[in-house]
Amino acid sequence: MADHNVKPKSFQERMEVNIWLLLVVTALVLSVGGLVEIVPLFVMKDTMEHHRYPEIVWAKAGQEAIVTVDEAGKPAWNWKAGGGVRPYTALELAGRDIYQREGCYLCHSQMVRPFRDEKERYGHYSLASESMFDHPMQWGSKRTGPDLARVGGKYSDEWHRQHLRAPRSLVPESVMPNYPWLDDAYVDGKKMQVHLRGLRAIGVPYADADIESAPALVEGKTELDALVNYLQVLGTMAVLDESTAYRE
Amino acid sequence: MESGLERKYNFDVVRWFTVMAVVYLVVGALVGVYIASELAWPWLNFDSPYISFGRLRPVHTNAVIFAFGGCTLMGTAFYTVQRTCGVRLWSDKLAWFVFWGWNAIIVLAVITLPLGLTQSKEYAELEWPVDILIAVVWLAFTLNFIMTIAIRKSSHIYVSNWFYLGMMVMIVYLHVVNSMAIPVGLFKSYSMFSGVQDAMIQWWWGHNAVGFYLTAGFLGIMYYFVPKQAGRPVYSYRLSVIHFWALMFGYVWLGAHHLQYTALPDWTGSLGAAVSIAMIIPSWGGAVNGMMTLSGAWDRLRTDYVLRFLIIALAFYAMSTFEGPVMSLKTVNALSHYTDWTVGHVHSGALGWVAGISIGAIYHLMTRLFHTEMFSERLVNFHFWTATIGTVVYIVAMWVSGIMQGLMWRAYDEYGTLAYTFVESVDAMHPYYAMRAVGGMIFLLGAIVMLFNVLMTVRKSVSEGSLAKARTLPAAA
Repeated sequence: MADHNVKPKSFQERMEVNIWLLLVVTALVLSVGGLVEIVPLFVMKDTMEHHRYPEIVWAKAGQEAIVTVDEAGKPAWNWKAGGGVRPYTALELAGRDIYQREGCYLCHSQMVRPFRDEKERYGHYSLASESMFDHPMQWGSKRTGPDLARVGGKYSDEWHRQHLRAPRSLVPESVMPNYPWLDDAYVDGKKMQVHLRGLRAIGVPYADADIESAPALVEGKTELDALVNYLQVLGTMAVLDESTAYRE
Repeated sequence: MESGLERKYNFDVVRWFTVMAVVYLVVGALVGVYIASELAWPWLNFDSPYISFGRLRPVHTNAVIFAFGGCTLMGTAFYTVQRTCGVRLWSDKLAWFVFWGWNAIIVLAVITLPLGLTQSKEYAELEWPVDILIAVVWLAFTLNFIMTIAIRKSSHIYVSNWFYLGMMVMIVYLHVVNSMAIPVGLFKSYSMFSGVQDAMIQWWWGHNAVGFYLTAGFLGIMYYFVPKQAGRPVYSYRLSVIHFWALMFGYVWLGAHHLQYTALPDWTGSLGAAVSIAMIIPSWGGAVNGMMTLSGAWDRLRTDYVLRFLIIALAFYAMSTFEGPVMSLKTVNALSHYTDWTVGHVHSGALGWVAGISIGAIYHLMTRLFHTEMFSERLVNFHFWTATIGTVVYIVAMWVSGIMQGLMWRAYDEYGTLAYTFVESVDAMHPYYAMRAVGGMIFLLGAIVMLFNVLMTVRKSVSEGSLAKARTLPAAA
């Protein structure tokens, strides 16, 4: 042990001669900022807009399947378009997995800010409740390409397919990579069931029927189909009212 | 040079970390130049998934932060703690475990990220099995460091070690919380947190990877290597105490300023911005403390190339710690957020400050660890100018493109409609993206010259037998 001949005069000096005291005090000081900023977000109800405006979240999530598939392979929707924020279907989630895998979030944000120009360019500002089932969130930090929070329904499926295969064939100035490999791979239904179960374990409300119907829903779908399916639902789950102040 | 240090201390592990840091600097900068070029000339993606921008960008960030930065931090921390405590590392075995473990993590990152195995959390992309390995190796690093201090011969713990310690503890908090996830496959998991809470945790991690890993740790380097290279004591002890505690308390709050005007509640972002502004004071206090250490010896900058690196790094530190708080202000952030300005800001910190202080410390270490002069002083000087010019070209390009983007997005024409489509802003960026790539290439050239110089110095040491000779000298008491 160190030879402490010097008698410490101040608390600072006591820490400078005692590593354990320095360690404990540093650890305490370091914990303050994070605790103050993060913990309230889990407990304060106004953090999520749906506590005041319950209609923006689909009330039946977890009780009914979002969509089931009949014998003929036809989807039957319990959730209706604009019916509120809900968990992603197996096909949309497969698309989201690809969105994560390809690092789309590095060039595209999914967070519209409450400015006039963003409203005109992208649509209504994003709400916290809209990404409540996003594990992890994909808000992004950079717009090398445009925001995608409300891209759903803006372009046709066929436009997206062509754009993902070869962006410059539609937008000559684009710097986005081509994604030709998405055409060649198929979504694995069994794997998607595991993914849905994992999400359910951390609180995403999936009904048993959502998980059961996953393989039928993704049957024969390519990764490109899945990604387009995900892009087309972005920002369209809840219908937001122009005159309501969802956030201060 | 004191005799017998090779017997007394474990310098072998420091030598390995030091040389590997230079290798990773070249790798990280090379990948950076490549992805920068992809944005200027998208055909460079070659329709290959493995080198497409979205998969390669995390390779760049992980290589520079965790491979280059990590090896520099671990090497210098193990060196500094031994020299300032006057004892050998608590455990040689654990030190080697840290070296091999950390390099194994880097190899895993280089394999998994191009395969698209990612958690898609910025600066924390590595999947859960690698995250667990990171936690184990980091704790081993921390334990060895703390125990070495616990068995020290000196009475007081030197200021560098406070900063290293603060970084280690904070990274444990950040990594453990931010990486919490549910595995759904060997290399696939979903974050435990979602939406707004996940965003706050992500940027609590993201900003403190900068604030602690890339700042506190490198301030530990600054407080040892600047006085050593200048041959003078730290300018002000009192200032270092204030610098340390203000940084430890304050930096943690800053993450929220990355989320201004988002769906994060207003109070959190404003709190983050308020503390960010206050952080100018301790940051500049620290920068002044480093620079004024040279007080009365400024002439040495004319001849001492290593000192030049250290001092220009402090100048960049002062600049980016002023720019950062300004960008955290809501009015400025409204313009700068989502643009290249942020990228430029990060690189003035990363290339100017972090790389600058590391490169200075590594050149300092090379002569002491290999007991010989650098192979070429002129190449060190050449490196200094390429690093500085490359960095300046890079950040100027990003300032112009970032502010231009921000202004184009919000511009209205005389009829009250948006003046530009998004893609017009993309098109306008092209010359600046090309300029940025050129700045990166100049920086990379310097890094390659450094690697050559370092390897030739090792060769020189071997052929002179200077390291072998130093090893035979008996350890001083």
